[in-house]
Amino acid sequence: MKPNSIAVVGAAETTQLGRIPNLSTIGLHADAALNAMADCGLTPKDIDGVATAGESPQGLAHYLGIRPTYADGTMVGGCSFMLHVRHAAAAINEGLCNTVLITHGESGRSRVGAPGYAMGGPASLTGQFETPYGPTGAPTWFTVPVLRYMKTYGVTVEDLANVAVIQREWAALNPRASYSDPITIDDVLASETIAWPFTKLMCCLVTDGGGALILTSAERAKDFPRKPVYILGTGEAVETPMVSQMDDFTSSRAFRDSGRKAFAEAGIRHSDVDHLMIYDAFAHLPFYGLEDLGFVKPGEAKDFIRERNTAIGGKLPMNTNGGGLSYMHSGMYGMYALQESVRQMRGIAPAQIEGAKVGVCHGVGGFFSASGTIIFSNEAP
Amino acid sequence: MPPRILPVPTPETRHFWDGCREGELRLQRCTRCDGGVYFPPRPFCPRCGGREVEVFKASGKGVLWSYVINMRPRPDMGTEPHAIAVVKLEEGPTMMTNIVGCPQTPEALQLDMAVQVAFARQNDEISLPLFEPVKG
Repeated sequence: MKPNSIAVVGAAETTQLGRIPNLSTIGLHADAALNAMADCGLTPKDIDGVATAGESPQGLAHYLGIRPTYADGTMVGGCSFMLHVRHAAAAINEGLCNTVLITHGESGRSRVGAPGYAMGGPASLTGQFETPYGPTGAPTWFTVPVLRYMKTYGVTVEDLANVAVIQREWAALNPRASYSDPITIDDVLASETIAWPFTKLMCCLVTDGGGALILTSAERAKDFPRKPVYILGTGEAVETPMVSQMDDFTSSRAFRDSGRKAFAEAGIRHSDVDHLMIYDAFAHLPFYGLEDLGFVKPGEAKDFIRERNTAIGGKLPMNTNGGGLSYMHSGMYGMYALQESVRQMRGIAPAQIEGAKVGVCHGVGGFFSASGTIIFSNEAP
Repeated sequence: MPPRILPVPTPETRHFWDGCREGELRLQRCTRCDGGVYFPPRPFCPRCGGREVEVFKASGKGVLWSYVINMRPRPDMGTEPHAIAVVKLEEGPTMMTNIVGCPQTPEALQLDMAVQVAFARQNDEISLPLFEPVKG
């Protein structure tokens, strides 16, 4: 995409987060969408592009009374929304539509009207060559490569636990975080073992919620009530639906490809980045993200995190909402990472980074299957 | 305990599952480009796109590459914690599997230890390629 040609003008999460038994999945999409429209003073008649994952774009458009000329149902897991942003930017620039609504809603905890995930049946390649060995979901699939990573770079379980501890420190600053009580490395290690070496506090929450974004051209964005958040660069990549078939268990090819593209588009250096979101469904993901995006060299993430560079007061504040480990995680967390990036660029985040001008938001889909990276700026082009 | 969730072979993977039933671990390689070995099965080379590929009997040897120990086993997998593992085969590809013939503990499951295939018959059609530590 052309850097700075598109901006986020509306952004909001669902009115509540956490446990929302009075709304179904589509209702969570709608609540977030209505909040985002209110945020920028638009109504469904003003929206001519829709994008969503989990629900279908036609389901979303019909439910909200939108008659779009652009619909994107890209579904690659939790980072689908990063891809929606990227595709919407291209679509607006191409003249397919003017104003795109991207929504997420998921009744991850209460399971009201929840469609569930299609993992492929027993004749799919995953069904033939992974499922028979007992993986049951994200905690036993996403985690499979980590021992190889830990052995290669001398990473310890204490290092994994430390990620959860630091994110809890961020969550303590966020009134909407699901968990905000301080925890120690010992607390993390003493929590129930789910899939060794992962304990419960190294795994994401399971909550209800949603979020929505509204994008339009940077030119039009100036006329909206909120300070526009410009899109500097975007990247997307896919590798494999089978975690066992990753090229390299110590690095995600999808992360590297997506990040490289986004940084090249944005034309920025890593030292320009003031704020970082790395989708943390599990405690190992920030290690892969920091290294694969090029913030540190392979194997250096453990020291970078130990030295508190990503913590409060550090030089690269990361996952400042508390992350999927402490803020919320409905299932497809990418939307909440995007929301926090937008809040930071608007200057309204609960744990606001003073003077932040450039934010990188990096998502994962499936189990290292896919990736999307969006680079934001609050400086007018 | 519910019956174990088993694979359903497709025409493109049939040779692999036939091999397992007959006690052979079968892989594929390209005869057009670099002869690279690949997995999972497909009737063309994922490197060059060529359809000139052959099935061959692999050594069945490899090393334990990575794993987790699932403390909450899926109902069809029994009640005891077990490893969900990936082995790196001597021929190059990686493969998800279970490790049998040793305790399911971090102490017994050391990365890079030598393993060999051990077919576990499930029914007349399906035998699963599990792996066990190489003795001695």
